[in-house]
Amino acid sequence: MTQRLLACTGCHGKDGRSGPDGYYPRIAGKPAGYLFRQLRAFRDGQRPYAPMSQLLAPLDDAYLRQIASHFAALQLPYATPPPSRADAATLARGQALTQHGDAARDIPACAACHGTALIGAGADVPGLLGLPLDYLNAQLGAWRTGARRAQAPDCMARIAQRLQPQDVNALAHWLAAQPVPTAAAPGTAAMPPGPPPLKCGSMSAPR
Amino acid sequence: MRQHERAAVRRAAIKPTASRRKRHGVAHAAGRVALALLALLVGLGIALAAALWWLNVRGERDADAAVSSAGDAPLVGTTVDAQQVARGAYLARAGNCQGCHTPRGAAPYSGGRGIATPFGTVYSPNLTPDLRSGIGAWTAADFRRALHNGRSRDGRLLYPAFPYDSYTRISTGDADALFAYLRSLPAVERANRPHALRFPYGTQAALAVWRALFFRPGRFEPDAAHPAQWNRGAYLVQGLGHCSACHAPRNALGAQREPLTLSGGLMPMQHWLAPALAGAPAAPVASLLQRGVAVDAALLGPMAEVVLHSTQHLAAADLQAMALYLESLPLPAPARADSADAAPAPAQWQRGEKIYAERCARCHGDDGRGRQRAYVPLAGNRALLRDPPANPVQVVLGGAFAASTALNPQPFGMPPFANELSDEDVAAVLSYARNAWGNRAGAVRALDVQRWRGSVRP
Repeated sequence: MTQRLLACTGCHGKDGRSGPDGYYPRIAGKPAGYLFRQLRAFRDGQRPYAPMSQLLAPLDDAYLRQIASHFAALQLPYATPPPSRADAATLARGQALTQHGDAARDIPACAACHGTALIGAGADVPGLLGLPLDYLNAQLGAWRTGARRAQAPDCMARIAQRLQPQDVNALAHWLAAQPVPTAAAPGTAAMPPGPPPLKCGSMSAPR
Repeated sequence: MRQHERAAVRRAAIKPTASRRKRHGVAHAAGRVALALLALLVGLGIALAAALWWLNVRGERDADAAVSSAGDAPLVGTTVDAQQVARGAYLARAGNCQGCHTPRGAAPYSGGRGIATPFGTVYSPNLTPDLRSGIGAWTAADFRRALHNGRSRDGRLLYPAFPYDSYTRISTGDADALFAYLRSLPAVERANRPHALRFPYGTQAALAVWRALFFRPGRFEPDAAHPAQWNRGAYLVQGLGHCSACHAPRNALGAQREPLTLSGGLMPMQHWLAPALAGAPAAPVASLLQRGVAVDAALLGPMAEVVLHSTQHLAAADLQAMALYLESLPLPAPARADSADAAPAPAQWQRGEKIYAERCARCHGDDGRGRQRAYVPLAGNRALLRDPPANPVQVVLGGAFAASTALNPQPFGMPPFANELSDEDVAAVLSYARNAWGNRAGAVRALDVQRWRGSVRP
């Protein structure tokens, strides 16, 4: 498969591991269900990004699933992220939102779905670590504005709409600065205990 | 004022003076001339409109049928012939109808996909049997008229982005089967989106003039001099397959020039070259349409989507018939050599050679021979050597996968280089590849790369 998928690793890095300074997110080790949904959303235009859309246009669902499984199965060590340029208050705000959310504004903790280690959980919830700062900023911003959407009920959009621009900035800076745990087996972690804070259409088997 | 003075004023007010009388007479005459001219103009206008109308409806073979017979009543709630529906489903694939009528990720045939044209964007209509927003109220005769004559149920002229200049050759039986299939789909309520065409292209009058100039209804006439297989291929290629929509050049008003020669052309907006189809050997073409790839070639870009959604699903006999017909077409005259055909300058060659070694040789080989069934050879690669070199530019910029097909479910993909290579780099590496390993073709100009970067895919 590696030989067939050089089209992917040209941007997403060797073996699907993103470079520390690049925009493109890592795809290695992300949950297969999540990766398949993203591939399909790019191909079908729900996630609008012309280069991905055109590249995937001639591929059927079966191959997209196999591509997703291929990258999901890759377990790779990650480079230490570059030190953050953000100030301490920003990083503290990012950490607090990630780990505890903000009950006053009905914002759940990222960890409530993405796992306490933030490496993702189950087949559908992606990890949040090992991603470039620019990518995190762009995606959280896109969820906020509606440029990025998921199947209804769109839990991530609802949460992102409750975030202020400063929240997005703080989250992106803090997440981008965290090392990926070396013992992590992304995509294989169990879902966090308890019911998820919101209903998510993009989770194939909601409990 | 004295009395006689007042009387004079009154007279002057009532009676025109001699000069006034004269002017009045001239005005009368001028008025009559103007009226006559106006009448003439109105008459001419009516005659012109009548002529235009006649030019638009001449030869409509289904005009009488539109009066409808019992069999043409809307099919809502009636049983449908499963065999006819299955045949229609096959034909819809052969025509790749979903390519325009199913927007990415939307319900099948619910319409609304934008087709960018040089005149603006045309939005495909909803073909599901919804009564209000789809074709639920249509009869089979209405549908035939749309296919064969490019007119909607209400008589409105349709835009030729809907390739009725090809579909006019579809047989009545096939048209009815297509209709039965569309009627079998789940109804989706989605109102049609108005086209966004620039003035005057968005008007029915402009469309009427266009049709008067460029469209005549027709039908497929088999050629007795050729075997049935050839005629089947011709019917599919010229009609439902509407190959000429991309593979024939178009004039400034978007009309196909000599559509039946399939002499190829640069697709407007998308900046991919739809190559000439004439004279290609039949057996490899049939296989390529089914698999999407061959040992030494791959169908990429817009054609890969056609393979995914259409040709891979066709019966081998139909693919062979189409390929046989295409092979028999006369070869187009070789393109005239111009300054663009100049060999690359030494500096461009060296730049290209270096980029090739760094980025391309790992897969395509130092010798340009690639790897069988994985990385296409570039030595002798027809797609690489064609002019204008739009397709290699698109593939280097955007990368490309061949279609996933039943016979090649996991195609290889080429990475995109749009973010890594400048226009000059792309021009250099392609100029090198077009002239290495015995290849011989014109140098690629950075200007062309820049022009083709902004591709608009539907």
